[in-house]
Amino acid sequence: MAVLADPDSDRPTDDIVDVLIIGAGASGAVVASSLAETRMNILCLEQGDWIKSSEFPTNGRDWEARRYADFDISPNRRKRDTDYPINDDNSIMKIANFNGVGGGTILFTAHYPRMHPSDFRVRTLDGVADDWPIDYWTLEPYFAENDRITGVAGLPGDPAYPPHEPTMPPVPLGKSGTRYAKAMNQLGWHWWPSDISVATTEYNGRAKCINLGHCTPGCAQGAKASVDITYWPQAIRARVELRTRCRVREITTNEHGMASGVVYYDPNGVERFQPAEMVILAANGIGTPRLLLNSASPHFPDGLANSSGFVGKNLMLHPWPQVAGYVEDELDGDRGPMTVMWSKQFYETDPSRDFVRGYTMQFNRGTGPVNEAITSMILGRLPWGRGHHRVYRELLYRRLQIGIACEDLPEEHNRVTLDPVLKDGHGIPAPKIDYTMSENTRRMMEHGIARATEILATAGAKNIGCSRTLLNSPGHLLGTARMGLDPARSVVNAWGRCHDVKNLFIVDGSIWVTSGGVNPTSTIQALALYIADNIKKRLATLFD
Amino acid sequence: MSAGGTSDAELSTRELRDLRRLAAFMIPADARYGVPGADDETIFADIVLSLGRDAQAVRTALAMLQEIAGEDLHSLDAERAETAAMALLGRDDPVVKALGRAVLQCYYRDDRVLHSLGIEPLAPFPKGRALEQGDWSLLDAVRGRPQMWRDDREKGK
Repeated sequence: MAVLADPDSDRPTDDIVDVLIIGAGASGAVVASSLAETRMNILCLEQGDWIKSSEFPTNGRDWEARRYADFDISPNRRKRDTDYPINDDNSIMKIANFNGVGGGTILFTAHYPRMHPSDFRVRTLDGVADDWPIDYWTLEPYFAENDRITGVAGLPGDPAYPPHEPTMPPVPLGKSGTRYAKAMNQLGWHWWPSDISVATTEYNGRAKCINLGHCTPGCAQGAKASVDITYWPQAIRARVELRTRCRVREITTNEHGMASGVVYYDPNGVERFQPAEMVILAANGIGTPRLLLNSASPHFPDGLANSSGFVGKNLMLHPWPQVAGYVEDELDGDRGPMTVMWSKQFYETDPSRDFVRGYTMQFNRGTGPVNEAITSMILGRLPWGRGHHRVYRELLYRRLQIGIACEDLPEEHNRVTLDPVLKDGHGIPAPKIDYTMSENTRRMMEHGIARATEILATAGAKNIGCSRTLLNSPGHLLGTARMGLDPARSVVNAWGRCHDVKNLFIVDGSIWVTSGGVNPTSTIQALALYIADNIKKRLATLFD
Repeated sequence: MSAGGTSDAELSTRELRDLRRLAAFMIPADARYGVPGADDETIFADIVLSLGRDAQAVRTALAMLQEIAGEDLHSLDAERAETAAMALLGRDDPVVKALGRAVLQCYYRDDRVLHSLGIEPLAPFPKGRALEQGDWSLLDAVRGRPQMWRDDREKGK
C-alpha cells in the first residue's frame, strides 16, 4: 500500500482505486464480483472479519448457546469489536445484523423468495406508497443469474409465484412439513416448498446440507449460500482486493461535489485516506444512511446525497410475528434447515380485508433443546420447579411455528438518524432508530396471526401462542436511501446512482421503495447485479 | 474462576452459594427421568463458567432475590427459600430471563440430560443428522391451481 500526500491532513493516503466498495455483505460481494470483469482496480473495505467455517457454532457442544453470544443477531448483545452499537430504544423492533465478510448472509435463515411483480407497482395496483422506477421483469434475468451463482433449492410450478427454475431439489418436507401440508390441504389454502439458498446437492464445489441444525448461526458445512463462499471467492480470483477490519468513517467529496474517497480506520486503528474514482455503498439499510449522515460537509450540510432529505427516512423492518403450537408426536425439531415451506395465500391485496398489501407465511421446523427451553421460558410456556421436566418433554421436538412476514409500507417518521451521544469503538457517531408500526401493518399482522392459529389448530397443535415483535426482528433493513426518478423525493436514480453525487452508488437494501412481504436477500442481490450491469454498460458516460 | 472473587466478572462466594441453591429450585433433580438438577456439580460449574454476557444480569437477579428473601438464600429453610426463589422467577424482568438463559443453556447440553431425552450428546458438525423427505404427494392438491400472483403486465391487474 503506497503512501501519498494528503493535502488536507497528515493522515496516510493509499493509492487511488477505480472502484471502492464499502461493505462485503450480500450486495457488496455481488457488485464486486460483477464489476471484476471490467478489469478496473476494485477495493472493498469491510469493518468485520472473515469467519472461518471452523468458527461456526455447530462445531461445538455449546452451539446453541453461542446464538445468544458471539453469534447473536443483535449487535448490541453480540458486541464483537467489529460491531457498532445501535440505539434502538425507540423502536418496537430491535435491530439484527452481522458485520463481517458475508454480512447478514452469515446469520440469515437462507429463506430466498423473490419480490413479486406486484411489489414493484404498489401505487398503480393498490394506491399506496410509490411505484418503483423499475419492475420485476427488468430484474428477472438478474434474479435468474443470482440463483445460478448462489444455488437455490426449490420447485418450479408454484401457482402463487412468477415462473422460475430453482437450481436444486427442495429441502425435505420432513415430518414437520408433512404435518403442515395436510393442514393446509384440509383448509384448501396455498402452500409450496420454499426457495432456500441451501445446497441440497453438491453445488459449485459446495457440500450438500447434512442438517446440522438451523442455518441462522452460520453453516459449518458450507451448504448455506453466504456470500463469503459464493460471490467472494469469484471476486477475489478476479483480483478484487478485500480488506477486513477497515471501518469507514466518512465519504469525502471534492470541490466539484464528487466523491473523492473515504476516511477509514485500518486494523491497527490508524486513520487513513483511501482515494477513489467511484464509491459504492453496500453497508445495509442502517449502515448506509449512518455513513451518509456522518459525511456531512459544507457542500452537503445535511449529509451526503441528502438534498431530498430522504436519507435515513422510510425505514422498513418487516414485522414478523411467530405463532407456535405443540403436537403430541415428535417432529423434525432442529434437524434440517429451519424453513420448509411458504404460503402465499394472503400475499396479494384483497379488497375484502381491512388492510392493503399482504404477507408470506413461513413454515418452520421446531428448534433444538437449548433454544426450546430458552424461548419457552421467555414466553412463559416452560415453568420452573417441579413441573419443569414434564412440561419440557411435552415441548421438545413437538413445536410447529409459523412466521408472518408482514410488508410494512414506507413512513417518513420511521428513520435512522445519528445518536447525539452513542459512538462506536472508533468514536464514530452511532445510528439511532425511531420506528413504530402503522395501523395497516398492525391489522395485517393480526390477520396473519389469526390465520396461522387456524392452521396450527387444524394441524392438531395445542398450547398455541404468539410472539408479536419482541423476539422476531428479521434483520431486514430497508428503504433509507430510496430509489426514484424524482430527485426531490429519492436518493438514488433507477440504476443506483445518487442524484446529488454522480460517482456515488448505493446497492444495498437502503434503495428499496417498498418492502414486499418476503425475505429480501434474493432481491437485494438481483438489484446489485442489475446496478453493476448498468455501471458496466454506461462506463463511457457514467458520471454525466 | 475463584469462588471467592468479587470482581465485575466473578460472583462472590455468597452469590455463588445463592445461585446454586436457586438453580436447584429452578430445575430440580428428578429420579423419574433420571436427570440431575441444575445445581449438580458439573452443570453448575458450567453455568458459572459460561455466564459471559449475562454475568451482570445474574448478579442483579441475585440481589433482587436477597431483597425478596430478606436475607441470604442459603440461610433460609427449604420452604421459605423455595417461596423466595419462585417469587423471583415469577417476575417479568429482563434480568430474570437472563438468569434463566444462563441456567438453561448449560443444563440442556449436559450429557446425562441429553441422554435422558434420547439425544446423542454431540456437536452437530461433522456427523450431521437425518431428515426424512416426508410425503410429497400432498403437493398434488396444489399443483395446477390457477395463477394467484398478480401479473402487472396484464391490463387491469
